[in-house]
Amino acid sequence: MTTHIGHDFTPPCVPGKVTGEIKYAEDYKREGMVFARILTSPLPAGRVVNIDASEALRMDGVVGIITADDLPPVAPPGNPALASEYVTYVGQPILAVAATSEEIAESALDRIRVDFERRDFVTDPLESLTPGGKNCYPDGNVLVRSNRTGEDGVTTRVAEIQDIKWPQSAVDAIRAGQEPVGGEFTTEWAFGDLDAGFAEAAAIVEEPFVTIGYPHHSLEARTGMAYWENGKCYFHGSSQSQSANNAGLARMLGIDLADLVFINEATGGGFGSKIGPYPFMAITGYFSRILNRPVQLRITREQEFYIGSARSGMQGWIKIGVKEDGKVSAVDLVIVNDGGATGGGSGNSSAQHVTVAYQPETMRYRGISVYTNTTPRGAQRGPGQNEMAAVLAPMTDKAARAVGVDRVAFRRLNGLRSDGFQGGNQSPVTSSFIAEALDQGARMFDYAAKDAQPKDLGNSKVRGVGVGLGYHGAGGRGYDGLVRITPDGRLHVHSGVGNLGTYSYAGTSRVAAEVLQMPWDNTDIQRGRSDRHLPHSSGQGGSNTIFTHSRANYVASMDLLNKLKEIAAMDLGGSADDYEIGGERVYRSDDSATGMTYAQAAQRAIQLGGRFSGEEYPDDLNDLTKLAVQGVAGTGLVGSARDNIPGQGQPPGNVVGFCEIELDKDTGKIEILDYASVADCGTVVHPKNFDNSMRGGMVWGVGLTNLERHVYDPQNGLPANTGIYQSKPPTNMDVPVDTQHGAVNIPDPQNPMGGRGIGEPTQGAMAAALASAISDALEGHLFNSAPTTTDMIIDHLAGNDYSTKSLKTNTF
Amino acid sequence: MPSHDVMPNMELYQPVQVEDALEIADRLAERGWLVGGGQDTYGWLKDRAKSVDALIDLSGIESLRGIRETADGVEIGALTTLTEIASSDVLKSSYSLLTDAASVVASPQIRNIGTLGGNVSQDVRCWYYRRGLSCYRAGGNLCYADTPQGMNREHALFDASRCVAAGASDTAPALVALDASMVIRNGGGERVVAAEDFFVGPANDIVNTTVLRPGDILTAVRIPNTWAGATFYWEKVADRNVWDFSLVNIAAAFRVSDGTITDSRIVAGAVQTTPRRLGNVEAAIRGQAKNLQTAESVMTMATEGARTLAHNGFKVPLMQNLVKRAIAA
Repeated sequence: MTTHIGHDFTPPCVPGKVTGEIKYAEDYKREGMVFARILTSPLPAGRVVNIDASEALRMDGVVGIITADDLPPVAPPGNPALASEYVTYVGQPILAVAATSEEIAESALDRIRVDFERRDFVTDPLESLTPGGKNCYPDGNVLVRSNRTGEDGVTTRVAEIQDIKWPQSAVDAIRAGQEPVGGEFTTEWAFGDLDAGFAEAAAIVEEPFVTIGYPHHSLEARTGMAYWENGKCYFHGSSQSQSANNAGLARMLGIDLADLVFINEATGGGFGSKIGPYPFMAITGYFSRILNRPVQLRITREQEFYIGSARSGMQGWIKIGVKEDGKVSAVDLVIVNDGGATGGGSGNSSAQHVTVAYQPETMRYRGISVYTNTTPRGAQRGPGQNEMAAVLAPMTDKAARAVGVDRVAFRRLNGLRSDGFQGGNQSPVTSSFIAEALDQGARMFDYAAKDAQPKDLGNSKVRGVGVGLGYHGAGGRGYDGLVRITPDGRLHVHSGVGNLGTYSYAGTSRVAAEVLQMPWDNTDIQRGRSDRHLPHSSGQGGSNTIFTHSRANYVASMDLLNKLKEIAAMDLGGSADDYEIGGERVYRSDDSATGMTYAQAAQRAIQLGGRFSGEEYPDDLNDLTKLAVQGVAGTGLVGSARDNIPGQGQPPGNVVGFCEIELDKDTGKIEILDYASVADCGTVVHPKNFDNSMRGGMVWGVGLTNLERHVYDPQNGLPANTGIYQSKPPTNMDVPVDTQHGAVNIPDPQNPMGGRGIGEPTQGAMAAALASAISDALEGHLFNSAPTTTDMIIDHLAGNDYSTKSLKTNTF
Repeated sequence: MPSHDVMPNMELYQPVQVEDALEIADRLAERGWLVGGGQDTYGWLKDRAKSVDALIDLSGIESLRGIRETADGVEIGALTTLTEIASSDVLKSSYSLLTDAASVVASPQIRNIGTLGGNVSQDVRCWYYRRGLSCYRAGGNLCYADTPQGMNREHALFDASRCVAAGASDTAPALVALDASMVIRNGGGERVVAAEDFFVGPANDIVNTTVLRPGDILTAVRIPNTWAGATFYWEKVADRNVWDFSLVNIAAAFRVSDGTITDSRIVAGAVQTTPRRLGNVEAAIRGQAKNLQTAESVMTMATEGARTLAHNGFKVPLMQNLVKRAIAA
């Protein structure tokens, strides 16, 4: 019976978010603060030849500019905070100007002349792979990561830009939806005998697909404010994570870890684009140091589009072999990623999704990520997995139909189980219950009855029923926990977890209260700024926090619990094993009257010193955690530990979705009538927040499958839809008001609290289920595109050439 | 490339009498910019895609607000918000075509501040033009959208002349269908222009989308009772169900007697710069039964003369389908 885990509570930051009292980075002001604004590139490619800011610098109120020359040099493939020699996308920051007011800073921007030298540019990765095709960078078009062994025998992972071209026949083939024979790839893996796998297939599904990148558009743009005092940098930033920023940002600013105070009480969304420090933080930090004044660099909505990252697009080809019994025997997968100006793609993660969905007996993956002169790309909620889920779901339906197996049964048969594997190296998982989730979801949704309903609803309306799977790795190991009981008897959970809106910082802190049987009202979460002595933490990305930091807080709390018992035994006799806890006391198991309160134990720990009060700590703690423990040493009874819980395999986060839609064949519009989803995320730690996550992910799944995409003009490299309204994330009018969701709620055996993460696959489940439903409504037609927008549906129904044209580029 | 989001420095006039506003507008001419709700204005000015010396804020002129019944219809002040129009019992009872159109403009927040005058006077939504590129409409000598590689999914099917931008107003087609007229005042007096003539395509004027000229103020919209209580049909198709512009919309008014269409006005929006009245369809269905069979027999007439661009071909079947639905409903 748990006290805190699995029970609702109000995270401590919620009242401030409701009332508006909580502060985001932009809300912080400082005496003498100046306002900085950035000037960005109007060109998709080129280099800065000259900057003439003399007129701007003569303006009253302008205090200075900062350019790439003022920052540590960053060479490709690095993403510079300010570009000079390598300008690679429209909207790339070139310089910043600071003034005593925003109005003056903006006026100053208009008086700065930047002379550029133009270079060739490209927005379509396939065009760049074509013989003679243009490259994003002068030196090439493809990001290649490889291991390189130096003369000292040390092997390091290096990333470099190479120039790779395919035979025209290979480009033509993939544009035509066929295997690009002869194409060169940078990532390849395979397991099993592919030929044998296809040979035993009763049916083969072979399809091309395209998914289009789209921006994160975090509601809070990545504004930062920094000031320096006595050699320390105080940095107000907008990040998904807290402690995960410190080491990287300190390196970026060239200072010691101890000289950075990173402050980030709340964050208005990141979705993968703010997991760690991003390059543009350097502008704020260095500009403040140069001017010796507090500097706020405010990022506009349009600039957030440019520098706020985006999902990478992909074009691909897949061949799926299915045996007569419905088991997937073989998969052959090719993915060409559009990596934008930063080159990274998510193809391998897309392939990983395929392994989880199918558990194929044999599979080959070949991928290449191509630079284009479009916005930087990075992780976005389920990067690779979720867009793959969207295009794979209708293909999965087709494969199931080809062998006469029900769509849900097909997924049940093939989906990842606890003894299964994920990824190309077929690595183990901690547990997985997709089959159980499908069973539960099918009952909740009444799948059998809904699927048997007539499709034609009259008046141009048709019904579609879909099912889909979302998946993402959901946890890590090896991070630190730090907890403390002070002489006032209160429990302090020091959390280096960021407040990105998921409230996982609070959910994982509940673990400490659970272990120590501490009332929540007597528990304080120390968080939000690094000078509150916060331990080393994972980045809040990859759906990992619940698993990762419930474990870290568990081991730290167990350390504190053991010390409580040791102190009691020391003072009251017997051994630590003779004691237990309850009612904020530690007492003898055979005589509850013999004991001491937590407050007394904390006071005693201060007297004892050493490891009891944090003067000593485990050697295997991260440097940041060591600083944090040093900061609290002597203030109470301190528990700190690194997560060394034994085990292997990655915890998966799985969500299955069931969707019923009404599609209007006259207008191409979709109305979602019903949606039910079931998560396999181990023990649900915080039910209310679980609901929020399931609903929020559902909303964005609609965006992925039906609405959102980059639109770039290949003639000039200009993006068409930089604003939020133009990017078309779903609104409350585009999604169902009432949805059903549940959890399998089977504890993960490798987390003492049982939980696994769930953030990312919630989107993938809806994206997949909706794509499946659209296909179902249209008699199994495969658009093989994410998104599938209104115009595509109309064109298909009208017999326009959308469906027969070669694959569109993944920017439109 | 500067990216702005604060207003540039400029003069601000806030008249409370229409006469004062007319005097200021006349005096400032091209240097002044009229603003009501500002939902079109602020984007242009904050983006620095257009610039002026002074704003003339009309929002304090009470006489430009409100919905008044007149002897031969209704008069709607140009500053009446879209929310006020959408919720007007007078309009809902007799001119629901307009309330239906007004109720789906943009989003509730924008409708709360956006005005009828602004909605019909707003500029086209071509993203190239709005970006500040020097296209024909902006005084240049090329169109970025009308090329084989142009991103022109939202652009026009008809009446392109150098510029292929489509109109963005949802209320404009409804007003044309209702045979409304626009009351325009300037220093020289008042003129009343039929809604159908108020909107101007690029062949006649590559810069302006209406007949309004510097010094003019659209003060009211009059809807005659000619079509009061007629059989109306309104439908807007957009990617999103709120906060989005029409891909195509249709506004139609029918007089029906014993199931037979005796007269109609059918207008499509977002298919050209101006609302497109479908006179050939109106003529073809006169005297025909108002049913699906009639609708299907004429739906393709609606798009005769359409010239599709690289990415807007879907608008042809979509427009045909909306015409069909309007007639068959």
